Parts: sequence; C-alpha cells; structure tokens
Amino acid sequence: MARVFFPASLRSFTGELAELSIPAGNLRELIATLDSRFPGIGDAIRSGLAVAIDGEIIQDGFLEELGPESEIHFVPPISGGSGRAGSAPAQAAARTSAPAGFPS
Amino acid sequence: MDPKTHVHTHINGEPVEFLSEAYRSLLEILRDELMLTGTKEGCTTGDCGACSVTLDGRLVCSCLVLAVEAEGRRVGTVEGIARGETLHPVQQKLLEHAALQCGVCTPGIVVAATSLLERNPDPTEREVRYWLAGNLCRCTGYDKIIRAVLDAASELRGASPNVLE
Amino acid sequence: MAKGQKKFRSVGTRPIRHDGIDKVTGRANYGADFALPGMLWGGVLRSPHAHARVLGIDASKALEIEGVKAVITSADLPVIEAGDGPTNFWDLSRNILARDKVLYHGHAVAAVAATTAVIAARALERVEVEYEVLPQVQDVMEAMSPDAPLLHEDMFTKGLDPKPEHPSNVARRMEIARGDLENGFAQANVVVEREFTTRSVHQGYIEPHAVVARTGEDGQVVVWCSSQGHFMVRQYCATVLGLDTSQIKVIPAEIGGGFGGKTTVYLEPLAILLSQRSGRPVKIVMSREEEFRATGPAPGSRIRAKLGARNDGTLTACEAQLYFEAGAFPGSPVMAACMTMLAPYTVENLSLVGYDVCVNKPKTAAYRAPGAPIGSFAIETLIDELAEMLGIDPVDLRLHNAAHEGSQAPYGPKFRRIGYRETLETARAHPQYRTPLERNQGRGVASGFWFNAGMQSSAAVNVNEDGTVQVVSPNPDIGGSRVSLALMAAEELGIDVERVRPVVADTETIGYSDLTGGSRVTFATGMAVVEAARKVIEQLRERAAKIWGIDVSQVEWNEGYALPGQGNGEHDPLSLAEIATSASRTGGTICGNVSLNARGAAPGFATHICDVEVDPETGRVEILRYAAVQDVGKAIHPSYVEGQMQGGVAQGIGWALNEELVYDEDGVLENPGFLDYRIPVASDLPMIDTILVEVANPTHPYGVRGVGEVPIVPPLAAVANAIYAATGVRMRDLPISPPRLVDALDGKHSG
Repeated sequence: MARVFFPASLRSFTGELAELSIPAGNLRELIATLDSRFPGIGDAIRSGLAVAIDGEIIQDGFLEELGPESEIHFVPPISGGSGRAGSAPAQAAARTSAPAGFPS
Repeated sequence: MDPKTHVHTHINGEPVEFLSEAYRSLLEILRDELMLTGTKEGCTTGDCGACSVTLDGRLVCSCLVLAVEAEGRRVGTVEGIARGETLHPVQQKLLEHAALQCGVCTPGIVVAATSLLERNPDPTEREVRYWLAGNLCRCTGYDKIIRAVLDAASELRGASPNVLE
Repeated sequence: MAKGQKKFRSVGTRPIRHDGIDKVTGRANYGADFALPGMLWGGVLRSPHAHARVLGIDASKALEIEGVKAVITSADLPVIEAGDGPTNFWDLSRNILARDKVLYHGHAVAAVAATTAVIAARALERVEVEYEVLPQVQDVMEAMSPDAPLLHEDMFTKGLDPKPEHPSNVARRMEIARGDLENGFAQANVVVEREFTTRSVHQGYIEPHAVVARTGEDGQVVVWCSSQGHFMVRQYCATVLGLDTSQIKVIPAEIGGGFGGKTTVYLEPLAILLSQRSGRPVKIVMSREEEFRATGPAPGSRIRAKLGARNDGTLTACEAQLYFEAGAFPGSPVMAACMTMLAPYTVENLSLVGYDVCVNKPKTAAYRAPGAPIGSFAIETLIDELAEMLGIDPVDLRLHNAAHEGSQAPYGPKFRRIGYRETLETARAHPQYRTPLERNQGRGVASGFWFNAGMQSSAAVNVNEDGTVQVVSPNPDIGGSRVSLALMAAEELGIDVERVRPVVADTETIGYSDLTGGSRVTFATGMAVVEAARKVIEQLRERAAKIWGIDVSQVEWNEGYALPGQGNGEHDPLSLAEIATSASRTGGTICGNVSLNARGAAPGFATHICDVEVDPETGRVEILRYAAVQDVGKAIHPSYVEGQMQGGVAQGIGWALNEELVYDEDGVLENPGFLDYRIPVASDLPMIDTILVEVANPTHPYGVRGVGEVPIVPPLAAVANAIYAATGVRMRDLPISPPRLVDALDGKHSG
C-alpha cells in the first residue's frame, strides 16, 4: 500500500482528504486509481505537478515502481534553472496557425 | 557608403592595413574585419575589460579606441601572447589554477595581467586585484584568477630573461 | 551503489581542462565570433514605452534604405493560439516580438536585416510605430491593487477558490501548508515578524546573446549561437516559428556565462525569420544595454515572514507571504522560493503563500537556484534574529532544527541522505568562526538549499583506433563540464584523462539533452557518460574474449586492461589501445551510446560564514573574509567545484550589496550598463575559502550531487547578518548599498 499525500492544490478533488493508502505497483496505476476515485485529479497531476516518490522529485514520472512502503507526494514542478526545457506535451499544446504575412 | 580611412598598423608584431569609417572602434575592426575574435565584446562602454588590448604597450579597452587611432601604432591582442605553442606563464597558470569557467573574460584577463607583470613583476594581491578591477568576471569570484596571476609573477621572476622576452 | 571506499584514479583529480588552451589564447569561438560569407547584420527595434498598445507599424521607409534586406514584425510569426505547461509558447512568442501590446520598455517590436550593422541601426530609426501609451505598473504591491493597470486583460488569478470574477495582474496564488499554524505559534516563546524587499537583479553574464542563422533553399535552417541548451533553442524556434524540429540544426558556440539567463530564446527566431525573408545568413548580437533592458532579470520581491521558536531554540511555526515580480509574463520562481526557504529546517507548522505577479518589466528568467536566494534571505535573517533573542549561537540554533535523513521537507517528501548537518558542524569548526573581530566588524552566518535536477541526457563514448577516446556531450560547457565528463569516462575505462577528448556536439550528432542548468550536467550527463563507458567496457571484454578464444564471462576489465580469468590459459593482459587497434577484425568500431532520464538527483545544502567591516561614515561594506561550506556529494574535479562555490558567493555578495535594476517613474531602466549596474570586481572581494563536504549521493555511481546553484543562496543573509553584527542595524531591504546603509545608520543614531 503506497501512502499518498495530497497538497492543498489537489484537495478540492479529494474532498479535503490529505492522505490516503492505495495499492499500486507503479505510478501510472496509482494515478489511474486516484483518477477513478477522484475524477479529474489525474489531469490535474499530469498537467501541473511533479511527483516525489520516497523523497526523490521526478518531473515526468510514468512507470516508476512503487514499493509497499512507498510515500508519494505531489509537488509543484521546478521551472527555469532546473534545466527543464518545455516538455513535448507543452510543445503540442502550443497550437500554431499560419502567419498573417508581413504587410507589403 | 560612408568614407573610409586607410590605416597602417602593427598587430602582434606584424604589419596590418585596413580600411575603416571614422566612427568604428578598434574592437569592431579587430573582430569583424580582421577576424581576430579572441578580443571579446562585453559592453562597448569600457566597463567590462573583455576587449582589453595594448596600444603601444599601454593597456586599453579596444571598444573605446577608434580604429583610425591605430594609425602608425602597435596593437597587441590575446592572439599575440603565446609564443607559438608555448603559452605565456599567465595563460599556463590560469589553466593550472582552473581560473576560468565560461572563459569569455579570459582573453581580457590574459592581456591585462601580462601588461601588469611587464611593469610590476612582483605585485601584491591587492595590486593584482586593483589592476584587474576593470576586467569583469561573473563566474569565478576572482579567487583563482588572482592566485594564478600571483603564481605566474612568481614563475616569471624565477625564470631566465630569455623566457621573459 | 556508491563505490564507498573505492580509491579513484581519475575522479577527484585536477587535470587541466581540454578546452582550456583555446580559451586562454583567444581561439575559442563564442556566440558572436562566428561569421559567414554574404552575411547580413540584424537589429531589433524596441519599445520606448513600458506599456502601450501597438496601433500600427510602417516599415516602408526602412525598406527604402539601400542595403536593407528584410524587416519583420509579429505579423510574420505564426499565431500561437494556446499555451500552458512548463514553457508557455503563447507568452514566449509575444516576448520575442510584441503582438498588440508592448509590455515593458525595451520589448522587441520589429527586427531588420541589412548589409552592415550601421545600416541596420539606421533602418530601425525609420520603422514607424504608432503607440497608444497606457498606464504602467512597476511595483509588485501596486500591481496587485484592484485598480492597477492590467498587463493581460484576460488573465484571472489561478489557485483561488472560488475562481475570481475580475482579471488581475496576479497570475497565480500558490501555497504550501502543513500542521496547525495557530497552535505552532502558541507553542513559541519568541516570535519575529518582518518585511523584506529585494530588487530586480540581472544574471550579468559577460557574453551578450548572439546568433547567426542561415536558411537554405530547401528550408533547412542552421543556427550558430551560445545558449544553455542548443536542443532547447531548436525546440523553441521550431514551436514559435511553426517548423518541424528536424528542419533546424543548432550548432553550439562556446557560452560566455548564462546563470539561467540563457535558458530561453530572444534573437534566434528573429535571425531565422530574417534569413528566410532575405535568403542570406543573418547575424544578430545584443548590446549590453539591450541585455539589461530586455533579458533576464531575476525578480524583485516583497516578503512578509513570521517565525516562532521555543526557548530551547526549536522552531515551532512559520508563516510567510511572498510577492514576486514575474515581469511581463507569468512565471516567477515564487513557488520555488516557498519550497526552498525552510527546506534546511524541520518546522512542523507552516503556511507559505506565494503570488506570481505581472509588472511592466522584462519577463523574468531563471537565475541560479531561481527564487531560493530571495526566500532564504528572509528566513535566514529571521533565524539570526531569533538566535540573538534566545541567546543561542546561530550555528547551534540551525543545528538544533536541521533537516536530516528522514525528516520531512516543507514541500512534502522525506529527505534521503543529505549533508546539511555536516555543513553546519564543519562551519562551526572553521577557524574563521573564531577569528577575533574589531570595531565596526561583524560576522554573519546563513544556510541554503537547492533541489538539483536530473532529467534527460545523452552521451556517446567512442573508442578511436589508437585507443584514444571521444566523449560526446550534448550540453554546452559553461564551467568545465567537459573535463568532468572526461574524468568519469577515464575512471570507468581505467585510462588517463589525457587520452579522453570531450566534445560538445550539435543537435544532429548526439541525442536530445535538457538544458545546461539545474546543476545537472555533471550529475545527469555524467551518469549517461558512465553508462556509455560501461557499454564500451562490455564490448572491450567481448573483443578480448574473441582474441583469446575464451568465454566473455571469463574476461575482467581492470584499470584499462582486459584480463583473462584464472584457468583460461596464459594470456598477456590486453590494453584498451591494443583492443582498439584490432577492432576492425573483431567486430568493428567500439562505441557506446546512452540516452536516459536521470533519476536520483540529490539536494544540496550549504552554510556560509561572512565577516565584514562597515565604514560608518560612507556606508561602504568591505567583505573581510568569507568561507563557504557545501555538501557536494563527490567532487569530480574539485577545482571546478570550488570555482562554482566561489562564483556563486560573488554573485550573492553582489546581490546583497550593490546590484539593483533601477527603473524611473515611466518604467525606464536607468542603469543599463556595467558602470551603474555594479557587479563585484576583483578589488571588491577577498579570497573565498571553500570547504567541500562529501556526503555521497547514494544513487549516483560516484556520489555526485549538483553543485552550481546552492552557493548563491546563503550570501544575501550571511552578508546582512554580518552587517547587523557590525552595526546593530538590521537591513531587510536589498541591496545594502552605501546610501541605504548610511540612511539606516543615521536613523539608528537619531532614533
């Protein structure tokens, strides 16, 4: 059972629940389980938060294995000097349309 | 096209001629016309020292010297400090002390420090710090640069006159 | 799997960097040192107003000038319709060229390309822009008021419940909270509550931004530039210009400093567009004035913070509100400040609230441990005040509350093995801590924390036919990372580091890597190098096994040689060079490639001691002595680790004492040059003592932790605390410039 801790920004999804124990083998399973229980929380996590598994902050976790004693925290992503360029999803989110062309 | 002046000069001991408009700086000509890009541009206002060169043996910011002012004078740049493959002790000691990180201020430091040691072979730490106060470095906190210059001075004093030359 | 007691042969030594000779002789090519035949010179037209609507742009007169080949405006950029995520491309596009509105003085409006730089400058004067000038706002608190002029009329504060009905300059409200604040302060015997102010500061790298771009007839784009990540440049340009990533090749120049300020693009998309329009290569170099007016900065801030402690020194509660200037677009590091300011301490009850606020200044960029120095300045000052009130030594007070393995960070997770206590104990034992002080002298202590990053890195280790080795890195070498990577390859392979040549490759010759930032390259790219070297060793063992006709499992690799295991016949050891020479006969070239997303980055802590002397007549502060103690995990090249610490300290001292971007009432920067924006010079500083504490990061092969960012965190408070010790005056408004300090000293004497 992984112990999951919710920051204030996610507690609107959890009904102010701050902590929960959930069986999950990896991070993807965990978030799927959370999302089925608290609809919308999965997107909120994926779009705006990093995950800390047993003390290590992971910016783009997906299949990280969770142990029976694992502690999961969701934390804000560190930007800028963290060395993080825009992620692929961010690039995809930046939809573009054709340039208007310079008025001649 | 703005009128240009034909300028005759010596750069690092070799005769060099170039054409320059009256308003262009020596730095611009060195970098953009003569391709001597070892001299760096950090500010063009004489504040950072990255463009340090010598003019008739005197340390100057080449961004504050008009190119036409080089007429009939001797210009020394970082490219002229080493003798072939033999580094000047200032260059060697900067490397040994790991006294550069990004390295963009280094050419100016090399020119300024060699100029210092030519006129003061035995400077104190304080003298080195004040001489180099016109050469900004944002990476190192200056500690290793000062140690390297003092070490180079010590080596130069112990070396034979031939090596000094 | 740290190697623990293993004795290293290369790691921890101090060889001369491979790229060093080029850098002391002037041969190394930086961003502005590149040129191409037929190249045009570009220039950027910048807004003369801090806030205005752009009603129209007429470039026809500029295009009439002989030699002018192209003019571009935001109309030439694709419209980015949506933006979110770590990099907001809607914002980025509008920062590169203003669309509809200019949001700060110096905001780029148009760009030109001409046959000479002088013609380009003249052309800029002939581009006519019609503005409707709008009221502007510079101060973070004024920007939050309901009647403040709005930078973005459609921006509603995120993080509020219920969602706000009116737009605001506050982009986001963020909070970290735990425990019971009221109860925590009730337990306290002493409580201090103070306000702090810091001003915008600039990264101040010596090399201005510079780029050359060339577009071929087939649409392929080649870019030469200096940046903290040429893969970032490629991705940002592709996204902003609507190109395929594969259409752009970025060749990294040497980089003349960045400190976070070169983690985004300003000029590169302009140069590409101008090259596309003109059919010629285009070079653009920023002036120092442009750097100050339109790049960086790190945010100005206002902080209110309250900290309580029991008589025994135990910190019981902390409450703080942090207001950070984001600049023209959202994205200040206020959350990072909240997360880091209390990270060195175990405080059970806390509420830290951050506000990210847009003002009419340039969009803030990362600056070395973004946000952390600002938050730490407040907390480390309060701790100093509490130590005095409680009569406890400031290092002891910190030790009493120090975070440790298993304690919970303010942002949630429990720390793994960290070395904060070790830095405190080392600082307490340092001779400087007991050096007698004279009149007008004082000593200050402060600590700091930074996360350090892992993330995506690639590396290749190629064995040449003569047994020399190429280490191929995807990360610009900003402070000696080439030699550190080479040392790790040499360590693994068991050969001399002089036999290893590290190179920084372009975007087409090595796999993707995230930025040179986050103190990540020696850690993460180093991890890729180690893994690539281990792949090479596997191949070397296989080749030796073939030569000897024995099973590969019987071949050991030791100190640069393949050895046959016992009972496999008499064979002389085979050196790496011998195996390399015969590689064509045993299966071809030997090389290892690795791409990874590095896990296991470990945070860093530091404790600094600063001794100052204050001239009470002039307010001038002299740094007498400075000692920086830091847990670095494992120093691969100790000289460059020391250099990172010394450089961070120098920047922190500048932030504390002098550096400040000063804007006038119209939002125009008054000090856009190094004469008036005064960074520390050689005569301002003493030698900076560095003490490397090595608490190995257990998840890295050699125990590496990131190093580069932590050392800028403690100096702000260390200097301010020292000034208090020298004068009895608490300075909570940075920078502590002579006029400010003289005013404060006068206030003390008259009050």
